Amino acid sequence: MAIAREHDLHKRRSSRNLGLAAVLVAFIVLIFGLTIAKVQGGAALQAFDHSYRPSLDPDHVRFQHR
Amino acid sequence: MTEIRAEIPYAQEADAQFSDYVALLKPRVMSLVVFTALVGLLVAPGSLHPIEGLAAIIFIALGAGASGALNMWWDADIDRVMRRTARRPIPAGRVAPQEAMALGLALSGFAVIMLWLATNALAAGLLAFTIFFYAVIYSMWLKRATPQNIVIGGAAGAFPPMIGWAAMTGSISLEACLMFGLIFMWTPPHFWALALFMKSDYHNANVPMLTVTHGRRATRAHILVYTAALMPVALVAGVTSIGGPVYLALALGLNLMFLYGAGTIWRRDEAQAEADGYATEKRVFRFSLSYLFLHFGAFLAEASLSWWPAYADFATRFKLLEVF
Repeated sequence: MAIAREHDLHKRRSSRNLGLAAVLVAFIVLIFGLTIAKVQGGAALQAFDHSYRPSLDPDHVRFQHR
Repeated sequence: MTEIRAEIPYAQEADAQFSDYVALLKPRVMSLVVFTALVGLLVAPGSLHPIEGLAAIIFIALGAGASGALNMWWDADIDRVMRRTARRPIPAGRVAPQEAMALGLALSGFAVIMLWLATNALAAGLLAFTIFFYAVIYSMWLKRATPQNIVIGGAAGAFPPMIGWAAMTGSISLEACLMFGLIFMWTPPHFWALALFMKSDYHNANVPMLTVTHGRRATRAHILVYTAALMPVALVAGVTSIGGPVYLALALGLNLMFLYGAGTIWRRDEAQAEADGYATEKRVFRFSLSYLFLHFGAFLAEASLSWWPAYADFATRFKLLEVF
């Protein structure tokens, strides 16, 4: 015996569910691709995390070397 | 705003299919948005990773779709009355109005934020403004308030190439404004030609189209005036960095043909139009679609040809308003 009974509702909504699944998969692929593109393009991999980090501040580094 | 919109009780007639949600996003309008935004992005100076460019186009299209869903939610009462729109998902009873509103709002926020992350804040801001303009300024306010609804509302459809340009460059320039101007000036004659042969629809829905408020004679005159005003915008774009000899030659021919069509519409009276089933009006309406497609196609052709050094040298002579 099947665990879940197939209801007519499932058939009627199958196009919606399959469509949504396809959209979600496409979105995941796009975000993955976008991440690779941003990283390859040299986008910053580190940022300020709650506290100021002088090593990430180009102006600070330039000032020290002057 | 709200008092002129009739509340009609909604009854679910059938289960919504995936295609109904796609229909809420107005895919035919979306295809024009994708094409013009893509041209705006490709003819702009600078470089963008192909995936970033693809993402930008997808999110611009999604933003346009979101505003379409909001438009369908708001206009469900008049869509029910008009023959052309009566089969849309909400009037047909397949999607609840609140569901369309929720989809529109969610996709709007999503598209704007994702465009920002994929490209820049200016492009995202322009997309947010476009959605607001189409859903609130055009759909909720102007469409039922003034016969100039098409003129001002046309701005919403004119933004995509500017957003594409901004996604690539992070700025707006004369070229982006001229691409905007081309669609903005093209929209009124295009829609008024449609209104001439879809007359009963707008009249039954009490939408103050020019044909309903000022009569058909005045609409014919307006089509001619706006088509004449469109010509300089189209030609000036030809002497900027996105134009060139191929574009100029095509634009000159297409504008003369459009002007001739508008002139023929202006010369005709209702008896003549009724007699041949609005053949001229329908022909000019169909031509206006090709007109826009070919202009943007020519921008793309110029950008492609500029990779050929001999052509680029020759084309420079035409680019009198090159600003970058």
